[in-house]
Amino acid sequence: MMEILDILANPNFWSASIRIATPLIFGVLGALLCERAGVLNLGIEGIFVAGAMAGWMAVWLGLGLWGGIAVAALTGAGFGLIHAILTVPLGLSQHVSGLGVTLLATSLSYFTYRTALPDVSTPPRIVPFRALDIPLLSDIPFLGPALFQQTALSWLALAAVALVWWVLARTPLGLAIRAVGDNPDAVDAQGLSVYGLRIGAVMAGSALMAIGGSFLTMAAFDAFFFGMVNGRGWICIALVIFASWRPWKALAGALLFGAFDAFQVRLQTEYGNAVPGQIFLMAPYILSIIALVVAARRADYPRALLTPWFKGQR
Amino acid sequence: MMRIEPRQPSRVVNVAVPVLAALVSLLLAAIPLALAGADVLAAFRLMWSGVFGSPFAFTETLTRATPLILTGLAAALAFRAKLWNIGGEGQLYLGALAAVALGSGAISAPPAVMIPLVLLAGAAAGAAGMAVPAFLKVRFGADEVVTTLLLNFVILLFVQMMLEGPLQDPMGMGWPQSAPVIEKATLPQLMDRMRVHAGLLIGLGLAVLFHILLTRTTWGMKMRAVGENAPAARHAGIPVTRTLMGAALISGGLAGLAGVGEVAGLKGYLTADLSPGYGYAGIVVAMLARLSPLGTVASALFIAAVFVGADSMSRAIGVSSYLADLVVAIALLCVLIGGFVSRYRIVRVRTGEAP
Repeated sequence: MMEILDILANPNFWSASIRIATPLIFGVLGALLCERAGVLNLGIEGIFVAGAMAGWMAVWLGLGLWGGIAVAALTGAGFGLIHAILTVPLGLSQHVSGLGVTLLATSLSYFTYRTALPDVSTPPRIVPFRALDIPLLSDIPFLGPALFQQTALSWLALAAVALVWWVLARTPLGLAIRAVGDNPDAVDAQGLSVYGLRIGAVMAGSALMAIGGSFLTMAAFDAFFFGMVNGRGWICIALVIFASWRPWKALAGALLFGAFDAFQVRLQTEYGNAVPGQIFLMAPYILSIIALVVAARRADYPRALLTPWFKGQR
Repeated sequence: MMRIEPRQPSRVVNVAVPVLAALVSLLLAAIPLALAGADVLAAFRLMWSGVFGSPFAFTETLTRATPLILTGLAAALAFRAKLWNIGGEGQLYLGALAAVALGSGAISAPPAVMIPLVLLAGAAAGAAGMAVPAFLKVRFGADEVVTTLLLNFVILLFVQMMLEGPLQDPMGMGWPQSAPVIEKATLPQLMDRMRVHAGLLIGLGLAVLFHILLTRTTWGMKMRAVGENAPAARHAGIPVTRTLMGAALISGGLAGLAGVGEVAGLKGYLTADLSPGYGYAGIVVAMLARLSPLGTVASALFIAAVFVGADSMSRAIGVSSYLADLVVAIALLCVLIGGFVSRYRIVRVRTGEAP
């Protein structure tokens, strides 16, 4: 019991929670945006890999950290466009296309990395994003190190939540995106382009996913490893349902998940000798499954999710 | 004005589309090959000789195709019932785990008992692995795509735990691997000095069996009805939940068998890197086969050839063997697009004319 209190009283635990949550916030937001427009994007896992690889490689080639973020976002939007073309105007299976994009993005990233760096044993490093010191706030005892010593990307994630919420809830564009995921016929009757809205939402969502991936190589670590994404994309797909497709709930879900993950890592160092380490490593995946089961009953799916829409055909 | 109209795909189109998709994916592989600075024609020649260059090379393709036929069948049967089992990778490992738990000395019996026992145990373990997400789907409405994907990670960690714990080889000098499968539980070799084993015959037999079951029995009719329109099937008195659970158990069992074949027919013991993604590749195999059990055999051979060919090409000229994964991914997307071409046609509508 004392150990648990010790963990919670340590500001490092809270700051680690936010750090673990950051890529998930981007991922959940991205998946949410796609699904709100009626398109399930199972390309997420591969887009995370592609974002992580492309962002890292851009920095490694000398483009600067923000240049790397831009490259990652563009890469993500590119894979999003592939998924969008297959699923929106062609109306093909969103499940299969998404898995195809994941396989494509992952294998293309691995192939590119191996081709650029054929025989390195230790992956080359870049200088990653550093934690920002925010004057005054960072110096508050406990709260400062717990909450206010994060990289710029964590703040960007927070801003992205606010932006996606504002666009979806407060702007005509957001109204149209939500409508296209619920009732595309109505959007078409308004004279708006169903295809345009869906393709745009999927590309924007995929760009967010890729930025989430780039956090892994440009802030959490400073190099690219094979298998580093390790199911984070799939966890995001579960979290979207848990968050009932709402941006602020998505933030809360990702933070909760981050806190849980940071907690299990610390429990592992505490009790690692008594319990096999794999039990702790399983926890995030099992937690996601439990979250999904709990949320599934009351899940209010966007009504046109998974349903293709063809112009001039009711 | 152009308009998209549905049409009934013909038999010829059904075969031509996957074949074209496979060819296009190979042709597109020339782009990454050229960008990697390789001599494209030489690379293709090396891939060809890597697959067909010698009897050994060709049997290697058969060996690789063995698990792919089974994971492909697993995906094809589940997808037919619109049950998105993406957990073939995890179910494969569960099957392999069951095989070494029973087959590496825990019990001993003549091969005629031992081999069927190990096969059944592996199939049961794989089926159990798919029963969980299927139950969560029918009981709680939890999306099986996400649960099966997440369970893959849980199962792999569980396998690692077992290989560092109760199932670790005491003679393995601390390596995380199981004790070897005993002689009596080992699937027989099909040819002298080749690695191809009886698992291939099991895969071929099951492909034929499920072809007959799907096309000739009421069970096949039920599967199709549930997959095409579950509410209508329920209305027609078909037990949808039971059909779905049945499809789930069969699908998981087939993937489990793939795992048994890999440990009891090929590797001889279990490590956590047993499968280079056979479960995921099985999805591509099933889609290339357009969910037909017999087609699965052909597409598994194609995917296996891509992997074997790319491996040998990669050894010869140093282009990354991730090229194979790239070809597989492109093949999946191509066959998906091909499906569109075969199911719809674009008709020209003159403006002013009533649609």
